[in-house]
Amino acid sequence: MSVKVLIPTPLQKFTNDEATVECDGSDIGNLMDELESKFPGIKKRLCDDQGELRRFVNFYVNSEDIRFLDNKATALKDGDEVSIVPAVAGG
Amino acid sequence: MTQAIERLRTSQQTFTALKCKECGERYELGAKHVCEECFGPLEVAYDYTAIKNQVSREIIEAGPHSIWRYKAFLPVESDTPIDVGTGMTPLLKANRLARQLGIKELYIKNDAVNMPTLSFKDRVVSVALSRAKELGFTTVSCASTGNLANSTAAIAAHAGLECCVFIPSDLEAGKILGTLIYDPTLMAVKGNYDQVNRLCSEVANTHGWGFVNINLRPYYSEGSKTLGFEVAEQLGWELPDHIVAPLASGSLFTKIYKGFNEFVEAGLVAAKDVRFSGAQAEGCSPISQAYKEGRDFIKPVKPNTIANSIAIGNPADGVYALEVARKPHGNIEDVTDEEIVAGMKLLAETEGIFTETAGGTTIAVLKKLVEAGKINPEERTVAFITGNGLKTTEAVQSHIGEPHTIEPKLESFERAWERAGTLNRLDWQQTQV
Repeated sequence: MSVKVLIPTPLQKFTNDEATVECDGSDIGNLMDELESKFPGIKKRLCDDQGELRRFVNFYVNSEDIRFLDNKATALKDGDEVSIVPAVAGG
Repeated sequence: MTQAIERLRTSQQTFTALKCKECGERYELGAKHVCEECFGPLEVAYDYTAIKNQVSREIIEAGPHSIWRYKAFLPVESDTPIDVGTGMTPLLKANRLARQLGIKELYIKNDAVNMPTLSFKDRVVSVALSRAKELGFTTVSCASTGNLANSTAAIAAHAGLECCVFIPSDLEAGKILGTLIYDPTLMAVKGNYDQVNRLCSEVANTHGWGFVNINLRPYYSEGSKTLGFEVAEQLGWELPDHIVAPLASGSLFTKIYKGFNEFVEAGLVAAKDVRFSGAQAEGCSPISQAYKEGRDFIKPVKPNTIANSIAIGNPADGVYALEVARKPHGNIEDVTDEEIVAGMKLLAETEGIFTETAGGTTIAVLKKLVEAGKINPEERTVAFITGNGLKTTEAVQSHIGEPHTIEPKLESFERAWERAGTLNRLDWQQTQV
């Protein structure tokens, strides 16, 4: 199953400057591992030493914040769009 | 004194780098707001020895009657930043409101009359657009709940910058009109502020624009420190005991704190553990909820309140606001929409200040904290009023009186006057019950 992942500018150096990548993953946690295998080094930027998502990164599945869904366990299906967006903005 | 002013004019740049607030990684002073290592927020780092050598109470007092009297503490190189008279708003001693609440020494910092667009946002935008010009931007932008859109569009017009601003489509009419008059491109997004914000985060790096609260955010947010500087100066170079301010993203709150600390660091005021209390609307209170539950993280919420200007469900600086409120035992409290309207009316009726919903929230929380014994009556307390009521007339329209329409005849006036007196007595009797 393939989902579209929107990569924020600070991470595009891992994706050869691509702003969008296709990736597999059954849920967000699994997607992190898949992204890491395709783009080594990217997971460390998104997750802390305990493997938890960093507090200043927001993940959206089809425009819904995963904190309103199942956080890291949010299931993904074919054709979903996952956005990774820095949390520090606005106000 | 002339020498002192000359020293200020030829002063060296006092800001040195962008630094991650989380991991400490340093970056050049460009248009960047997020740490590439950990996604933490970038903040401007200063050389405080250089600042200390450049400032004194006398030098500041002899400076411009605007935020730029504190230029040594702001991240702008130019000797001629954009100065549209922003800042130095009144610090009003609110005796009638204090008496009503049962406290002794209350002040209102009144940014409802800040220039040019009647909210505290003129402070942050003056700094952000001054820096945007230095960084070579010709188009500026923002994600706004209304006040920021007004301010960015107005100051961009003054500075001759192109402007494109993004707002939620359901904003108050006054805030939309108060943006369009400056002729920016206005994008009304069908969604709430958090959705606007996210869209802007995705747009920010694609068009080469300076987004004041995204890629220019480290500079922009520093402008809020001037609220803290002014209060300290206006209190006769002393810090207050307790402050109450609204919480939206949490940035304003944390920057007032930073401003107080920088004045201590520069030797301008004596150190003091000022208590910081934050105000949220119950319908959008993610920071208040975290505070009450003892959490150190924020669960985002979907806003449902009349207080649009502070309706941020996913606040960027929420965790830092929590830290500030917890340091020397401040508080964070939330109030209902009814309490917010009552807060707006209370401030208007006791002090002659017409604030918008965010100010109503602040006054309602101030009242709630006093009633709960969480503000000591002896404390010198400052409440920050950040916006003007004429922009959100919808909020109070059905909660205020109506004019007595009369004939141009003495008899008609006398009858109406008597009726008005009767209505007032009834009001008074109801209040007593």
